[in-house]
Amino acid sequence: MGAGDRSIIGSSAVRLDGWEKVSGKSLYVDDLRIPGMWFGGTARSPVAHGYIKAIHRDPAFDWSQVVVVTAADLPGPNAVRMIRDDHPILAADEVCFVSEPVAIIAAPDRDTLIKAIDALSVEIEEHSPILTMEDSLRAEGIVWGDDNIFAEYRIHSGDPAAGFRSADLIVEGTYRTGHQEHLYLEPNGVIAIPRSDGGIELLGSMQCPYYVHAALAHGLGLESTRIVVKQTTTGGAFGGKEDFPSVLALHASLLAQRAGCAVKMVHERTEDIRSTTKRHPSRIHHRTGVMRDGKLVASEIDLLLDGGAYTTLSPVVLSRATLHATGAYYIPNVSIRGRVVATHTPPNGAFRGFGAPQSLFAVERHVDRIARELGIDPLDIRRRNMLRDGDQFPFGQVLKEGVGASLVLEQAIALSEYKEKKASKAWRCGPDPHRAGEKAEQAEKASGAQPSAQRTSSAVRSVRKGVGLSLYLHGGGFTGAGEERISAKAQVRFVSEAQVEGSFIGSSQVERASVADDQIERGQSRQGHIEVLVSNVEMGQGASTVLPMIAAQALGLPLELFSHPHPDTSRVPDSGPTVASRTTMMVGRIVIDACSDMVAKLKAALAQWHEVRPEEVELANGRFVACGEELGSFTSCASRFSREMGPLLGEATYVPPAGLRWDEETYRGDAYKAYSWGAHVVEVEVDMETLEVRPVKVTAVVEIGRAINPVLAVGQVDGGTLQALGWGGMEEIKLEGGRYLNDRVTTYIIPTALDAPDIEVKIVELPYERGPYGAKGLGELPMNGGAPALVSAIEDATGLSASAIPVTPERLMALMDEGSEIRKSKAGASNPYLAAGDADCGAVEDAGETP
Amino acid sequence: MAVRHDEATEQGPGRKLTIRFTLNGSICEATVPPETTLLQLLRDRLNLTGTKCGCEIGECGACTVILDGRAVASCLVLAGQVDGLHVQTVEGLAGKPAPTAEELHPLQKAFLDRDAVACGFCTPGMLMSAKALLDENPEPSRDEIRRAISGNLCRCTGYIPIVEAIERAASEINRQSACHEHDEREA
Ligand code: FES
Ligand code: FES
Repeated sequence: MGAGDRSIIGSSAVRLDGWEKVSGKSLYVDDLRIPGMWFGGTARSPVAHGYIKAIHRDPAFDWSQVVVVTAADLPGPNAVRMIRDDHPILAADEVCFVSEPVAIIAAPDRDTLIKAIDALSVEIEEHSPILTMEDSLRAEGIVWGDDNIFAEYRIHSGDPAAGFRSADLIVEGTYRTGHQEHLYLEPNGVIAIPRSDGGIELLGSMQCPYYVHAALAHGLGLESTRIVVKQTTTGGAFGGKEDFPSVLALHASLLAQRAGCAVKMVHERTEDIRSTTKRHPSRIHHRTGVMRDGKLVASEIDLLLDGGAYTTLSPVVLSRATLHATGAYYIPNVSIRGRVVATHTPPNGAFRGFGAPQSLFAVERHVDRIARELGIDPLDIRRRNMLRDGDQFPFGQVLKEGVGASLVLEQAIALSEYKEKKASKAWRCGPDPHRAGEKAEQAEKASGAQPSAQRTSSAVRSVRKGVGLSLYLHGGGFTGAGEERISAKAQVRFVSEAQVEGSFIGSSQVERASVADDQIERGQSRQGHIEVLVSNVEMGQGASTVLPMIAAQALGLPLELFSHPHPDTSRVPDSGPTVASRTTMMVGRIVIDACSDMVAKLKAALAQWHEVRPEEVELANGRFVACGEELGSFTSCASRFSREMGPLLGEATYVPPAGLRWDEETYRGDAYKAYSWGAHVVEVEVDMETLEVRPVKVTAVVEIGRAINPVLAVGQVDGGTLQALGWGGMEEIKLEGGRYLNDRVTTYIIPTALDAPDIEVKIVELPYERGPYGAKGLGELPMNGGAPALVSAIEDATGLSASAIPVTPERLMALMDEGSEIRKSKAGASNPYLAAGDADCGAVEDAGETP
Repeated sequence: MAVRHDEATEQGPGRKLTIRFTLNGSICEATVPPETTLLQLLRDRLNLTGTKCGCEIGECGACTVILDGRAVASCLVLAGQVDGLHVQTVEGLAGKPAPTAEELHPLQKAFLDRDAVACGFCTPGMLMSAKALLDENPEPSRDEIRRAISGNLCRCTGYIPIVEAIERAASEINRQSACHEHDEREA
């Protein structure tokens, strides 16, 4: 079924949720108010590990005005349903991380709430915590299970021992990455509303309405029919609203049940940073056998993730990390061990890329190291080893088609003029036009009396430029048999004119806080339209535009007729969570099938009405015809169907692609349905006095099968790239005694508009047969390539080779100091690139590496 | 839905302050406890929730509004401080309460066309910072744009589309005013 030549796919339709967002009318959870609503808050553990002795309530406070819930008051099992039920809703006896919830309180207003939280104190017998992965592995103290290991995976292929024996050289390195905070601009928040049947209606900012639904049913001990979960406009998520909203939803619901009224819980920023999940820190060791010509022949990888105090999604994050450990390269003999361990730190969870960025950072840096040791170019070693059609991953999957590695690499090299820049001394040491311009501008502005000692010195500062590259991939959709397990469903529903209602959030109790009634719905004078009903949410990535585009193309109707309502579990089927770059690629495909189902139902009805055979009815350009006779427009036929035969619904369920197999027992097989590919070239300037790094230009080429909406696709690459550069260059959680020290936006620094480089994005397309109109996964992909390319560019500029991120000026300074030590001890350590390229720039030489 | 400015707040009882200011072109009067911030006044009392709260301590820019021509973080301004002043919020940007796509401000249009909006949470604040910039400097350079929005965090877009949208809106506004002048001269 196609749309003739009127192609919606590949057009850059303006986002359907855009108008509401630019006019300030989108309602996020904190914008909603329920009459009589209370406010909820949390009393938390001040220590990383200990045992609760008592919870004291200050008698000076009037406790009758609030409600308090502790572990002793729970109506159901004390567990937040996720992969395992080990995460308590409220700590009962033991506390396992700083800021772990111990009690929750609701009050009629915020002032009283704050006073109540202050009046409640938790007496804890403190025990010494396990705070690092290394201590956890030694299992001197037990955080979780018998051995602190949440999950372990092993992959083995070929004959690694023989591979290492045959190698000309063995190169080893250890790579580390730190926590990353999502810093979605809208903090986590929910509103729980008690229902008259004893159930709960839950509104909130989230990625996975059915995860929240399952967690509420389990934790509240309610049948699932009495729970309704509705997603509200979500102000960014990036994985940070995948597992965590289940915790907050349980808290708000418990309070709402206790208080007998709606309860809103919206995190303040510091509370959000302190208590929500982060990207898993990693330590990854690579040992690789290589031939003199750069061919990789054997690899041993030991991969370790820090899961924090409870399981959350860690085993799945580890699985993706392990399966991405060899990156975009073919290595015949491989042995990988991946483990995720427990520590007394806040549980880590999903974050864009889900373990893959850690693995890609390590393998990309390691390939650079091998290149350096062999004295060959980082580009050449990639060309020699990158995956091609027919190659096999160490877990047994054979790449049959659509391997975009070479395509993205070559285009990124050409577009960015990587080779020319790498070879040009003039480019490397030359003055920077951007900076020069900025300085002149500032000089003009400061013609007054601004003290400008810094400016003066910056005029003579030496700025060094460098360029670095990365090659990466990302498996789209759930890992292994995840898609088969959830067997997602999607629907399209025709809403005739008569049925058009103020859709938004259906809770009768919600006041539209900001929108006068006459402004609520724009253009509602429709002659019927079609809703795409799925549980996948719009969170900024564009699902509300892309899914309707797919449906519009499938039905051959104008996009204006389509909408993607906020998922509401009482109205939408379970099409799975909004994660793993699966919404377009996996759910989009099911939406097409649901459209086919709707057309089939209409054809059957038309055949009956017009006494023709269903096969004779055809849909073209939005009109049905049979045997040359016009039967009416899609909407008129659909309206008649609704009137005479009841709701017109197209439904479909995920169909596993033929020929793919994953065996969880042996951990082998087709781990992902399709891979997307990317290459980043990052150019940096490094101020050699302050060691401040400034990425100035990034070229990103991605192969994603098909861009349904190119402008939105480019936006994903822009945003993901900057997030990756932030992770690689500046974002750092500092921990002391298990406590996050920097819990504010001014101390946990993310890139601002001044830090953002120019990003040139090119999309290339090798259509994936099973994807909707060829599309593969995109959202997470760009997160995998930014950090290694950045660090490689810094090395190119300074000779300082970092194996841990973020590469802050302090870290570079430390590397420089170590480097001079190393130089003293082993004079003449050689880096052919530095020797050839950097001598004229003066300053710095090879600093060696520090695992 | 009528908005009553004097209803009991979520903040509890206490001494009150009555202020009068111009909000999006209309006179507005409200009585609030003295510790109320402009952000709370707008969101909790006047139901103007277009202005967002991302941190409440002046660090994220989501709450940016224009106060007498300057972009400010409304979470750092006390409601009492705006007495007698002009406040502009995203709701007033298009000059109409429910603008059609055509009636949107050129900045709003450019944000849509250039896809400078993703999750949208930073958008109202971004728009107001951009508006304050263009009001003062109709032809800003890219660096000036970057500086003007450097207090507005965005985690989704990578900023580039936003900078380009502001550039595009600036030239559109300049084109419109050139046409306008031309028309006037003709007349
Ligand atoms: S809410 Fe005011 S700056 Fe963040
Ligand atoms: S669009 Fe999401 S924070 Fe800017």
